[in-house]
Amino acid sequence: MTTSTEVKRRPLAGAAPARARRRRSGGGYAVFLIPGVLLSLVVIVVPLLMNVGISFTRWQGVGTPEWIGLDNYTRLLGDENFWASFRNIIFLIVAMAVVPTLLGLVLAAVLFDYVGKQIGPRTASVLRSGFYLPQVLPVAVTGIVWGWILNPSFGALNAILTNVGLDALAKNWLGDPAYALYSVMVIMVWFQIGYPVVMFMSGLQRVDPELYEAAAIDGAGWWQRFRRIAIHLIKPEIYVVLVTTTIAALKIFGQIFVLTRGGPGNATLVPSYFAYQNFFEKAQVGYGSAIATVLTVIIVVLAVVFLRIQARSERRDLL
Amino acid sequence: MNARLSRSAVLAVLTLLVIVVLSPFALVALNAVKSPAEYASGGPLSLPDSLYFKGLADFWIRVDFGEKLFNSFLISASVAVLAVIVSILNAYALGIGRVRGRGAFLVFFLLANLLPQEALVYPLYYLSKEVGLYNTQLAVIIIFTAIQSAFGTYLLSSVYTAFPREMLEAAAIDGAGKWRTLWRVVVPISWPSLSVLFTFFFIWTWNEFFLPLIFLISNDKQTVPVALGVLQGDRMMDATTTSASALLGIVPAIIFFLIFQRTLTRGVMAGAIK
Repeated sequence: MTTSTEVKRRPLAGAAPARARRRRSGGGYAVFLIPGVLLSLVVIVVPLLMNVGISFTRWQGVGTPEWIGLDNYTRLLGDENFWASFRNIIFLIVAMAVVPTLLGLVLAAVLFDYVGKQIGPRTASVLRSGFYLPQVLPVAVTGIVWGWILNPSFGALNAILTNVGLDALAKNWLGDPAYALYSVMVIMVWFQIGYPVVMFMSGLQRVDPELYEAAAIDGAGWWQRFRRIAIHLIKPEIYVVLVTTTIAALKIFGQIFVLTRGGPGNATLVPSYFAYQNFFEKAQVGYGSAIATVLTVIIVVLAVVFLRIQARSERRDLL
Repeated sequence: MNARLSRSAVLAVLTLLVIVVLSPFALVALNAVKSPAEYASGGPLSLPDSLYFKGLADFWIRVDFGEKLFNSFLISASVAVLAVIVSILNAYALGIGRVRGRGAFLVFFLLANLLPQEALVYPLYYLSKEVGLYNTQLAVIIIFTAIQSAFGTYLLSSVYTAFPREMLEAAAIDGAGKWRTLWRVVVPISWPSLSVLFTFFFIWTWNEFFLPLIFLISNDKQTVPVALGVLQGDRMMDATTTSASALLGIVPAIIFFLIFQRTLTRGVMAGAIK
């Protein structure tokens, strides 16, 4: 898309002086990049390269790092906590990306298509705000809210269960390794659900109502119209939501820090908290850097793959 | 009749779902204004006989919440202003100036924003100690300005690529240089996009936890999420005090949400089109 307009624009600006002026002016604009590039070098590029370098050393954070080659990485492969953190992340991707996307599609379709049209757009937008509210909270605050509700001794959930005579269901939600990860998953679904609902509802506004009416005349039911038309047309939003929520899941730290500190044992350990422990609690900086590097590689690969898929499907739609 | 019945059924199910989603907020609000004695006797669902604000007030004084609000506000506002300025300068060069290598720059800024902060944190921690910026709010402001402006550059560059060329040419004919054109023509016209960016940067920075947790170790420099987050698990935190602390964390977020709701909705849509 961009390339085709550029190709078209160039012959228009075809006169030689104009082209020369443009080239000169391009050079003049580069000055504006200096502050941003300097800042990125100092805060992002140099630290990132340092982190990769440190991952090949043994270092306590003081003194001289000792070069040990790939030892940290081979140690990772045999570290039970490392594998546990990535197994837990897969569960959290289900809770933060897959479930909210699927639920979000259904909720957005019902809110936009049914509530918005049959009952009124005002009701639809009030309900939408309700679903979105958890998203505005700082992640640490969601941890505080749920840490209290699920607390085994003074938490609200167990107190409510006892009140209604269901004491048998009361659990140590975050302290029992059998339930901790599932509890965190439910919390993350609660936290994330508003984002896909808002994104998909705004995408559905692009769907031409005439297309729907035509399909209805052809005898397509609500579900068929939703599946064949709506999902197809809001594909860009679905991709954006899946990429951003998957990456958010890979990076999760705040809720884990406040709710469980990765525990009990390693039942809710995640890579970012695992790296944090090695950096700041165990002073195994080289090992922590190796974890962070692996996480970075996974995120960058995922981002590139997703962007490729998105670009390809956009091209296909143009044809 | 049938249609009406299914209408009410759908509405009832949705309303119930929203109530479930909002119930944690209601629980927090209900128990933050309850005395510990009442919580002990009536449990989390009982309505308090009278509003009890002492728990909130005690917690406010105990953590010096006013100071934490000020710190959060100072950091978030500084980052939002600075990151918008850096984004404007970058996007002016990339979107309007179309400098050489702009594709590579855009990919770089996009990836810079996606990077996990864990991959930067230890070197930043080490370097900030070396230059004496550790445990200062300035360090946090500089770091988040870089991270947020990476996203801002990516988004704003695509906005500026579509900027009407005639306006730039008209400014050039009037004898305005690039610097003047930027501030007198480009910035005023792109104001709606800039206000969306400002809103995002402010709220994102306000909500940040990981880097402020590491960089702001002394109590008087901490932000709201960090101060509340580190108190979790403290022996002093009983049910009503925890609710009070959660409520104090929720209220500013909801206020921002209400103030910025219009801008935010517009912004989420701009993100979708990108």
